[in-house]
Amino acid sequence: MKKTVNNALEAIKGIESNMTLMLGGFGLCGIPENCISALAESDVTGLTCISNNAGVDGFGLGMLLRRRQIRKMISSYVGENKEFERQLLAGELEVDLVPQGTLAERIRAGGAGIPLFFLPAGFGTEVAQGKAVREFDGKMYLEERWLKADFAIVKAWKGDTHGNLIYRYTANNFNQVMATAGRITIAEVEELVPAGALDPNHIHTPGVFVQRIFQGTNYEKRIEFATTRPE
Amino acid sequence: MSLDKNGIAKRIAQELQDGFYVNLGIGIPTLVANYIPEGMQIVLQSENGLLGIGPFPSKDEIDPDLINAGKQTITAVPGSAFFDSAASFAMIRGGHIDLTVLGAFEVSDTGDIASWKIPGKLVKGMGGAMDLVASAKNIIVAMMHTNPQGESKLLKKCTLPLTGVGVVKRIVSDLAVIDVTPQGFKLVERAPGVSVQEIINATEGKLIVEGEIPEIKI
Repeated sequence: MKKTVNNALEAIKGIESNMTLMLGGFGLCGIPENCISALAESDVTGLTCISNNAGVDGFGLGMLLRRRQIRKMISSYVGENKEFERQLLAGELEVDLVPQGTLAERIRAGGAGIPLFFLPAGFGTEVAQGKAVREFDGKMYLEERWLKADFAIVKAWKGDTHGNLIYRYTANNFNQVMATAGRITIAEVEELVPAGALDPNHIHTPGVFVQRIFQGTNYEKRIEFATTRPE
Repeated sequence: MSLDKNGIAKRIAQELQDGFYVNLGIGIPTLVANYIPEGMQIVLQSENGLLGIGPFPSKDEIDPDLINAGKQTITAVPGSAFFDSAASFAMIRGGHIDLTVLGAFEVSDTGDIASWKIPGKLVKGMGGAMDLVASAKNIIVAMMHTNPQGESKLLKKCTLPLTGVGVVKRIVSDLAVIDVTPQGFKLVERAPGVSVQEIINATEGKLIVEGEIPEIKI
């Protein structure tokens, strides 16, 4: 079993233009910084990116937006990015807004092999347009489909050479569920240890879901809204 | 006198019960956390993956891996749990969260809510709002009764794009506590010194007023 690669550049090998990627993170928390930087230095374009958010100007997915590498975003909230706004208004970027829980569940279904299912979020709203509706026990639900990706790129706190992953605090967010839904899943971790060094009781993502893993470097972990209490 | 934002939050805090798991939205709802009655154990959920939101951190405690759904740095109280987004919305969708408090642009007298999109302004997205309103067992809306132009935000029919249909159970505004019933809005309490007539004037949707309407006590 050889899942370990040396760095982000090796990890993103095989990502081609017009592919669909999943990228973990909530805002800038728990994003795969190393792989995003490597993609921003590559020539791939026309990407469909499934990510809860679209980064900020010049950081996170904002780096790929700036270089016009993204054709379409599938997200729940995209409001912190002027370049994003410009491209959207200019018709250069396609956006599919999906309720956050529906987004998470569609990804979970993709990873779990469930093509079709029913969720309540958005019934009677504009996100219901074009979706079949069905009533269960007196409540209305929308028909939803799985989401899968050519590559899922996630960030974890600790990982081992078998691809077992542990996340830290709220940096888990979409990473754990996205790790299950990539044809190839890349994990970048802050600390890579030999198989056997992590307590198997504490694994969030079992290694079966992960094809490539490496220890990232120079994590910036930028904070969007640093909020403190009065001293 | 009408309630200020903290007054609205204090009144909503009276709806809490010991042992409740609660999701508080951004804005006035967040303030409810400041008025949890002493001795009552409430667990606050953050839909990005935390049960047990604590106070904002001191400068030394800031951790970029620990944020709330508004992407602000926070702390976690003892007894907290972290989890992924799919588990988080399983809690919400599965009816395991006792109470959701959120803001709104408009609410209709049939319980529809508009809170995510204003045509002509940049669309940022609905985040988790549609999931929360579609699934929470009990939804309280914290809002101003009228907009800055004095126009009612409690309407017969919402004019803005909807977040959910027939989902709001109770509204706590600066003027009143109002329930959404099958017959329309029903006036429950009025802000101190605010007359029933003032509330009727500020409510465009159908408003039922029955008997003496007590003042809100905060």
